[in-house]
Amino acid sequence: MDMLANLALGFSVALSPYTLMLAIIGCFLGTIIGALPGLGPSNGVAILIPITFTLGLDATEALVLMTSVYYGAMYGGRISSILLNIPGDEPALMTTLDGYPMAKAGRAGDALVLSGVASFVGALLATIGLMLLAPMLARVAYLFGPAEYFALYLLAFCTLGGMASNNQAKAALASCIGLGIAMIGVDNNSGLPRLTGGNLHMMDGIDFLVAIVGLFAIAEVFFFIESHGKGSSIGVKLDKVRIPWKDIRETTPTMLRSSGVGFIAGILPGAGASLGSFLAYMTEKAIAGPKGKFGTGVAKGIAAPEAGNNAAAGGALVPMLTLGVPGSGTTAVLLALLMTLNITPGPTLFTDRPEVVWGLIASLLIANVVLLLMNVPMVKIFVKILMVPAWVLLPGVTMISFVGIYSLSGSYFDLLLMIGFGGLGYVLRKLDIPTVPVILGILLGGNMENALRRAMVLSDGDATYLFSSPISIGLWVAAIVGFIAPMFLRGVLRKPQAVTD
Amino acid sequence: MASDRIFGLVALFVALAYIASATQIQTSFLADPVGPKAFPMIVGVVAALSALVLIIRPDPDPDWPVGRTWISLFVAVIVLIGYAYTLKPLGFVIPTAIAAGVLSYQISPRPVAAALTGVGLSIGLFILFRYGLGLGLVPLPKGLF
Repeated sequence: MDMLANLALGFSVALSPYTLMLAIIGCFLGTIIGALPGLGPSNGVAILIPITFTLGLDATEALVLMTSVYYGAMYGGRISSILLNIPGDEPALMTTLDGYPMAKAGRAGDALVLSGVASFVGALLATIGLMLLAPMLARVAYLFGPAEYFALYLLAFCTLGGMASNNQAKAALASCIGLGIAMIGVDNNSGLPRLTGGNLHMMDGIDFLVAIVGLFAIAEVFFFIESHGKGSSIGVKLDKVRIPWKDIRETTPTMLRSSGVGFIAGILPGAGASLGSFLAYMTEKAIAGPKGKFGTGVAKGIAAPEAGNNAAAGGALVPMLTLGVPGSGTTAVLLALLMTLNITPGPTLFTDRPEVVWGLIASLLIANVVLLLMNVPMVKIFVKILMVPAWVLLPGVTMISFVGIYSLSGSYFDLLLMIGFGGLGYVLRKLDIPTVPVILGILLGGNMENALRRAMVLSDGDATYLFSSPISIGLWVAAIVGFIAPMFLRGVLRKPQAVTD
Repeated sequence: MASDRIFGLVALFVALAYIASATQIQTSFLADPVGPKAFPMIVGVVAALSALVLIIRPDPDPDWPVGRTWISLFVAVIVLIGYAYTLKPLGFVIPTAIAAGVLSYQISPRPVAAALTGVGLSIGLFILFRYGLGLGLVPLPKGLF
């Protein structure tokens, strides 16, 4: 009954009128962010962090707001997938496969409601899973010493690079760019500056928020300039929205199975929501067989990826909260938020700051209910917001990013760095080099080096100490397999391409 | 093919320069067994190896933008850099209107709509940030009135 007491504590934090209001605002903003093409959970949360920070919210309030935005964006991603055939973010890609054909067949309303319910089921089950699993994992995490942490960070880079990219060398290079940037600034141990090139602005190191906003938000603007904002008009009509009870009943087993698959995919460090929705869709497709007609606009084809995607979003919070290792791009951004708020994720978080953890979990449950209530009857409002043209939206996003970063430090140097990261992000994405490992490198680089150095202090410089415990050996093996295995599986697990008109 | 090779070559040089500057890091007398040099050097070596793999086994080229789009992108970068420098001395409203307008024009080349977008975004965001969120933005350059 420990958990119920903790949950009661969480609700006592999250149910105050002010935090409740923040949760509702966050859900609303998040759904809009997710729905707008070109904005997804990661860049949406990224541009909002500096602004939340300057608002002076306390840790719990800021967390409630941003996790509501995070869950909201996961919900919202389906709207543009279904109506425009443009995934708002990568995990929503799988929803376009059946969502858009269904909308073209005149059932846009049904598709939106069904996907909303599937999102709710996935997110709810994942949050329950998080409540059960996270405290257990937090107890295991107490056994982790510096050697184990070093191996764990390595595992995160390897699996993220292995799964999220098409080319191992490119993923490794991206991780190194991030790690290399993290080294800039004053060395923690000796207090001496390194790799600053004598530049005073570099002494503090490079703020990860600057890098995140540049790589995610500013780079997006360059992509829109390249495409001239084409392809963002609604091609299908949305009639009266009714609740398709029959479809919901028929897809219930699909939703439950997909939530399980998605949750497990989300827990794996580095895999995240894209893998969750992909595996959920492919599993259901295999179960249904050729008679299931996946890809032609069937209800199960919408329910599976949406439940999987949202369950993975919840699952990704497990390693982020208990070990401080994010499982996806967006949780990397949430980790950045925690670090900005001076909260160190890890096993001690559960004992030292239970009000933060359980407040967060309670607010996830609240956000989920709010999102379901908001998304079914109000879906038409969100569809209206999709009409905002790219030539208004993207300049607006840029200006918000500038103000956010400027209000953090008040220095033009950070703004220039942000533009630089925007350019870098554009080139990297053009060359199919993933940007999430760069972010992860900047966030975790310092910790990873510290873990290595502390391990070497403990063993007095003996490198075999890194492989001395069963846990660390297991992590090393998993890291190597996670990096190499996708090279051979790539032929088997080919991602289906989006449907074209 | 060529893009990956060029990028790999650039990355290789940067990685080598990074390793070279890592060897110059000062060590303090209170050294731990690893020291401040080792980890940056490992990162540099892994980066250099990955860059070599890119040079030897490049992927097919992406579709790079052509001609006018490069100019648009270049203009956008210049405008953003200008915006970064002028935001403090000239206040929020004027640089934001110009930068947002130019960006909007680069995405969709319609001058009137772009100008209206710039002015509208500038004033709207200023009201939102200053009065809605309470950020201390300076609207106009000091000493103008």
